[in-house]
Amino acid sequence: MSTVVQSPDQSKVEPQRPWAVKRVVRATNGLRLAVFAVIAAGITLVTPLANADGWALAFLLVNLAWTLATAARLGAKERRDAIVRVVVSSLAFLAFVPWLSIFVSTALKGYKGLYPGYLFNDMRITSYDDELTFGGVGHAVVGSLIMVAIATILTLPLGILSGIYLTEIRGRLTFLVRFIVQSMAGVPSVVAGLFIFATVVQSMGRYSGLAGGVALAVLMLPTVSRTAEEVLKLVPDDLRSAGYALGARQWRTALMVVLPTVRAGLTTAAILGVARVIGETAPLLLTSLNTNGFVWNPIGGTLGSLPTYIFAMFMYGSEYSVARAWSGSIVLLALVLFFFLLARRLGGRNERRTRVGVGKAASTSAGTK
Amino acid sequence: MMQRTMNMTNSDLETTGRTSDPMSEVTSFRGLETRSVHAWFGKHHALAGVSLRFPERTVTGLIGPSGCGKSTFIRLLNRMHEFIPSAAMAGSVLLNGSDIYDPSEDPAMIRLKVGMVFQKPNPFPAMSIRENVLAGIKLAHLKRDNHDDIVEQCLTRAGLWKEVKDRLDASGGSLSGGQQQRLCIARSLAVEPQVLLMDEPCSALDPGSTLRIEETIKELAEKITVIIVTHNMQQASRVSDFCAFFLTDGGPGYLVEADSTRKMFTNPSDPRTADYVQGKFG
Ligand SMILES: Nc1ncnc2c1ncn2[C@@H]1O[C@H](COP(=O)(O)OP(=O)(O)OP(=O)(O)O)[C@@H](O)[C@H]1O
Ligand SMILES: [Mg+2]
Repeated sequence: MSTVVQSPDQSKVEPQRPWAVKRVVRATNGLRLAVFAVIAAGITLVTPLANADGWALAFLLVNLAWTLATAARLGAKERRDAIVRVVVSSLAFLAFVPWLSIFVSTALKGYKGLYPGYLFNDMRITSYDDELTFGGVGHAVVGSLIMVAIATILTLPLGILSGIYLTEIRGRLTFLVRFIVQSMAGVPSVVAGLFIFATVVQSMGRYSGLAGGVALAVLMLPTVSRTAEEVLKLVPDDLRSAGYALGARQWRTALMVVLPTVRAGLTTAAILGVARVIGETAPLLLTSLNTNGFVWNPIGGTLGSLPTYIFAMFMYGSEYSVARAWSGSIVLLALVLFFFLLARRLGGRNERRTRVGVGKAASTSAGTK
Repeated sequence: MMQRTMNMTNSDLETTGRTSDPMSEVTSFRGLETRSVHAWFGKHHALAGVSLRFPERTVTGLIGPSGCGKSTFIRLLNRMHEFIPSAAMAGSVLLNGSDIYDPSEDPAMIRLKVGMVFQKPNPFPAMSIRENVLAGIKLAHLKRDNHDDIVEQCLTRAGLWKEVKDRLDASGGSLSGGQQQRLCIARSLAVEPQVLLMDEPCSALDPGSTLRIEETIKELAEKITVIIVTHNMQQASRVSDFCAFFLTDGGPGYLVEADSTRKMFTNPSDPRTADYVQGKFG
């Protein structure tokens, strides 16, 4: 009796992933790390190790000790594997420590000023050293978003165009364009601010959000166009050839084949640029200054922003105003974090969508006999 | 094929004088075996319930229309399926009786034993021809001292030696498409796999190289198990001892029939197989 199957196996089978790390294993690992974290916290209490950095070091040492202890009863290969793994993940963790300690200390110093109305109020009727339950940072968030939006609208097309010039057209000026973009990345932000002050602010006769946005754009352009170029370079030449072989002209191919392929990457380029400039202070002090109330008009006059808010609060120097500066820093960090997460989300989702699309296309073409 | 393998195993068992209880049959089967293997890509059920046996030192051809899951199936056999993030599977794949998906198995060792040649030639562009052939030995830290012999032998078996013997230090990317494919075959032979999976290895080759590869496959079958996906019916009938026919009705792909190649091409049990091998559809 040879195998003959009339129709697909209809019995219900559950998909499995035997190669994935088992949930139990992952749970025990997580639990172990949590226990170690607590032990490390205990160590920081009784030894000279202190603060976030001390805790991180203690945590690492506990982990290393545990690995060495358990590795003793493994085979040579497994032992090497375990030790290399803990060393590599420790180094990764070490890189994470500065981030952690910035975040933790900002959070510790700034949490007092956070209250539900903080994001929606402004400082028009509240003075800088009022109680922390008054006033807020809403106007600064709005101002920052307005200026960053202006900067994005200006730089995204320019950045993508220069990326296309550098990777698709590869004209005679490639070297020059790349050189200029790279040296723009080295322009100090205060110089960019001065330049916009001398051009936009002086010709308009007043400080404005527009000037601030343009100054940010000057700083954002190198990041965006570098990232766009890198992303466009990743498009395989096969795709371009396929476009040309269909009789498409170069610019049609770039527009309809190459750009859509890297949509996710270009989104990332834009958001990396935003994250780069959202905390810039110096150029804004020269172009948009600061306000204490909500301003929605980008050309009407001075415009508040998060960095200048933080700067002004620090300069004021009273206990409550400094606390406000730290709270503003939390909001700024949260905003940057939000943009990074957005970049990951948008990038990831696009990728998944295309993958599913490819699968569908293949199965439909397979269905037509 | 099932019939043949069953017979083979049974006669083996008879000669060794053991009773044919299923467990001892499991442990005594040498070669590759799948037991109701399923594959998914996310929610998409791509392959359903494939049970097949690939006895040692045989060539099995996998045939079937495009999209019926042949590549998916073959990638399950050396754990390449798991590189696709959304992928999942069910069932078991046994190599000489032990499950390659067992958590204690090292996937790298499995892939060393179960080699693979891809449809699209993929020589390492940064390596010379010689280095390409020896790449597996270097990558897997195998101890070999007769490197020159290995290069010559593998390139000869892949039918490429005469063309490249004077430029072994040229880049692997400098060869033509067909030459690149033969280089890839030579590369996979150098690590002496027990099973070689080939996914449409000749789709980029001229008839001469194709014949050379087919001879290589037959030679290989004296030592190892070969599983080859092909859309070329003549090729399947020329090189394979057994054939397995896959099909999809829009849903998941499944195995229709598996038997000796002669039976599949002359007198298959299923009319759909007959139609397919005669080129009436697909
Ligand atoms: N990476 C993937 N992601 C999602 N679905 C996939 C993926 N690879 C294959 N599939 C789906 O699995 C099914 C089987 O595909 P597979 O590549 O195994 O077919 P095949 O028999 O090898 O076809 P061909 O003869 O054209 O090579 C198809 O419906 C296909 O859409
Ligand atoms: Mg295929």
